[in-house]
Amino acid sequence: MPGSDPARDTPQHLVVVGGGMVAHRLVEALRDRDTDGTWDVTVLAEEPRAPYDRVALTSYFTGRDPEDLALGDAALWADPRVRLLRGEAVVGIDREARTVSTAAGRTFAYDHLVLATGSNAAVPPIPGNDLPGVFVYRTIDDVAALRGWVEEQRARWDRPVRGAVIGGGLLGLEAAGALQHLGAQPTIIQFGSHLMSAQVDLGGGHALQRLIQGLGLAVRCDTATSRIRANRRGTAGRLDFADGGRLDVDVVVLATGVRPRDELGRAAGLEVAARGGVVVDDACRTADPHVSAVGEVACIQGACIGLVAPGYAMAEIVVDRLLGGSAAFPGADTATKLKLAGVDVASFGDAFGRTEGSLEVVWADPVGGVYKKLVLADDARTLLGGVLVGDASAYTALRPMLGRELPGDPAAFLLPEGDPAAGGGLANLALPDDANVCSCNNVSAGTVRAAVTEHACTDVAAVKACTRAGTTCGSCLPLVKKLVTTELERAGVTVSNALCEHFDLSRAQLYDAVRVAGLTSFTDVLGRFGTDGASRGCDICKPVVVSILSTLAPAHVLDGERATLQDTNDHLMANMQKDGTYSVVPRMPGGEVTPEGLIVIGEIARDYGLYTKLTGGQRIDMFGARMEQLPDIWRRLVDAGFESGQAYGKSVRMVKSCVGSTWCRYGVQDSVGMAVRLELRYRGLRSPHKIKLGVSGCARECAEARSKDVGIIATEKGWNVYVGGNGGFTPRHARLLAEDLDDDALIRTVDRFLMYYVRTADRLQRTAPWVDDVEGGLDGVRAVVVEDSLGIGADLDAQMALHVGSYEDEWRATLEDPDKLRRFASFVNAPDTADPSLAYVAERGQVRPASPDERDHAVPEPVLVAGPSLEVRR
Amino acid sequence: MTTLPVTEVAAEAPAFSSVVWVSVCRFDDLVPERGAAALLPGPDSPGGHVQVALVRLLDGRVLAVDNHDPFSGANVLSRGIVGWRTVDGRPVPTLSSPLHKQVFSLETGTCLDTAGKAPLGGSGDLRTYPVRVVHDGQDDAGGLVQVGLPGDAR
Repeated sequence: MPGSDPARDTPQHLVVVGGGMVAHRLVEALRDRDTDGTWDVTVLAEEPRAPYDRVALTSYFTGRDPEDLALGDAALWADPRVRLLRGEAVVGIDREARTVSTAAGRTFAYDHLVLATGSNAAVPPIPGNDLPGVFVYRTIDDVAALRGWVEEQRARWDRPVRGAVIGGGLLGLEAAGALQHLGAQPTIIQFGSHLMSAQVDLGGGHALQRLIQGLGLAVRCDTATSRIRANRRGTAGRLDFADGGRLDVDVVVLATGVRPRDELGRAAGLEVAARGGVVVDDACRTADPHVSAVGEVACIQGACIGLVAPGYAMAEIVVDRLLGGSAAFPGADTATKLKLAGVDVASFGDAFGRTEGSLEVVWADPVGGVYKKLVLADDARTLLGGVLVGDASAYTALRPMLGRELPGDPAAFLLPEGDPAAGGGLANLALPDDANVCSCNNVSAGTVRAAVTEHACTDVAAVKACTRAGTTCGSCLPLVKKLVTTELERAGVTVSNALCEHFDLSRAQLYDAVRVAGLTSFTDVLGRFGTDGASRGCDICKPVVVSILSTLAPAHVLDGERATLQDTNDHLMANMQKDGTYSVVPRMPGGEVTPEGLIVIGEIARDYGLYTKLTGGQRIDMFGARMEQLPDIWRRLVDAGFESGQAYGKSVRMVKSCVGSTWCRYGVQDSVGMAVRLELRYRGLRSPHKIKLGVSGCARECAEARSKDVGIIATEKGWNVYVGGNGGFTPRHARLLAEDLDDDALIRTVDRFLMYYVRTADRLQRTAPWVDDVEGGLDGVRAVVVEDSLGIGADLDAQMALHVGSYEDEWRATLEDPDKLRRFASFVNAPDTADPSLAYVAERGQVRPASPDERDHAVPEPVLVAGPSLEVRR
Repeated sequence: MTTLPVTEVAAEAPAFSSVVWVSVCRFDDLVPERGAAALLPGPDSPGGHVQVALVRLLDGRVLAVDNHDPFSGANVLSRGIVGWRTVDGRPVPTLSSPLHKQVFSLETGTCLDTAGKAPLGGSGDLRTYPVRVVHDGQDDAGGLVQVGLPGDAR
């Protein structure tokens, strides 16, 4: 291929037509490998956005945002050698001049051209397929339009929205799941004899249909749709079937397959296959040496392949060839796994047993909804393929064994885990180094092992970054984790998750240890679990232990030994600011405050000269209070009915709310009422990091609840709960945990989520990374919190009940105890004297700390405004 | 004050050529393993004061270092967490800054962990001060805590 001459001074120019996942991989691989800078690349993308994870498109319905679907590191598009033009549709190729022209009238010259235009959703030639209310399911825009339509229909009818999905393949099932998620009742219309007939045999198809119906989705197989009829408004209203049946609908999704977008290649005179697709050789080249094609538009080895992993392989091959290599397409791995909540399906290799002499081992449990089949070569040992329905847990381990002899009895791999007859089949599987673990990114078991042994990776996150394994669909992560753990153990590396030099345990382990041992004091915890009973802890372990004890054995923050363990914020129950003074935040549950309350706060701020500002959590912060002033300030606040806002703690902070149905004309639930109820329930709960909650009264989400650790959004039927939203350094939107809960179910769910987090998160780990770390991610959290898969639900409930029952306002309790009040002395030899070094200047009508410069250059003294001696006491 | 039995509790010998002992508080006024600030005369210091952070350990030792945090410029070290760190195989009592978590040796004032930050000026280490506990009677609340300040400064 031309362009491989590294001696050239000026880089050559690569133009990629199309901005999908494969184009992204191609650019990523090129920038990764082209260290000499021999190629510049321009990506011409038709969609108005950077490449995104189309495989995860359905998750757009289940709480993820378009930006969550972004692929890889956004820095790729900032690379000076990479130019991404969005909304730039290519309309013509001039192979003579080696240029492409775009709809916008621009022309781009290339030294090499890659067609990565992908596919269009195929629209079957059914009359009525162009009516409003008929959709395809391919891009973010398709999904957004579908969502908009369904929401409109929902608002229109008193009954559930009726949906139909034409096509019972992988995409059709996902689309049906998405429709259901939007509150519609979908029926899947399948032309063939069973669902997913391209991947799954008849037995598997029947098991799958039972599972799908169990989710509340209707299925009609062997059904041809002859017409989509309009209703009176001229939108899709009814399906007519060839067998005379009919189905009333409000929305129709066409999911009958995809068609390669080969029109550019065809117009440019490149060879196009009979069933579509630009014909390429094993190097992904067309007959024109300056033009390649990759991904779904490429017809390679006689077929177009609508899966991402082979597309990635093609992208890597083109890059290799551009840089002078000789990589060739090895044949497609067409293994698939269905991404539909509650239904586990996988198909890999020769799933239909088409190989001559092949044998099938089948295990079916119709009651449990499980069907598993392995296809073996005539030696009854070599794995050729398989179908797993209802329990695909063996998929990640079995798929890399394709073409290899299975150790032991093949049947053992099909039996449920834990069945003694299984003999630990899967557990004993020792993958050969060249077995492919991550097919999306073509990472072998050996590469994963080498990441540990040669590149010093010590956890899954590092291995992911190093090898890219598990970074696309994530289905191989359990296997990657197992490989990494085994390799680390073999290397004798003990992965240290020790808290500090005083404890070998992680925070989560220590929490469990303290809970089981029933310990209630730091001294006991140190004596029992510390590395050295004589040592007395440090600034790392002391706050961790006191936080653990606060939920296991509740007591006042300043009780006895516990006071010595607290960070200064918890010790003085206020937030230390940069000059050593504190800020004071009284609790305002749900953001409600009375006029009388506002007046008291105003008077206090005025009397003590405090800088006053609204917080992001719908309350009021007063800055510049000195430690010796805190008891007097709080006495006035407590007298006025305020209590501690715990704004200083690693604890539940507040529950933000919109005004909700009591005032708002859009609200569907009383969000303020719920926010107040939740805030009064969880106030004071100590946790590994701060926790914020939010409640919105309708889907407009004015409370921005999805930026909170727990976000609650009202629906017509109840409440949806989202978890793991964080602001801060790495902002994250919360993701859907459970839907349409009534008040009690909502509280039980939030109780368990919070307590599970408190028990198992790492020190200073916020909820978003914690959810990622829980085995199984969000699904794993849901299993524990909603489905009680660990059987600890009652335990978590009891622990939360202990918290709620033992709550007291820690400021009120402090004011009643002279011993505790002694802690607020500014100086042990001058308890009421202000720190003489404090200096303030006026700004916008309030005070702020003087800068070092202002201190140094003020003549003769720093400008003191409302400083230590100027406050007015009541 | 009359003639008194004196317990020297500071581990280090005073670094000053002559020492003036200033009485600060009763030993029992100090909470074990939690710091306390003291405001002492410092004619050469800005404002005529020097602030000292006193820490009483469980073994009865009382240690004193600057209350001024060289990394933030605020007088806050007495409000940090008291802990222990192994330095050269030996446990050393420490004080951590409540603002940005730098860790200082209470015995030498050395900054053991800068937490990735640079001090505003100087070395980032703290000055230490000698401390003694003077017993002046039967019921003397554990004795009188005195901090040694440089005598040549006055």
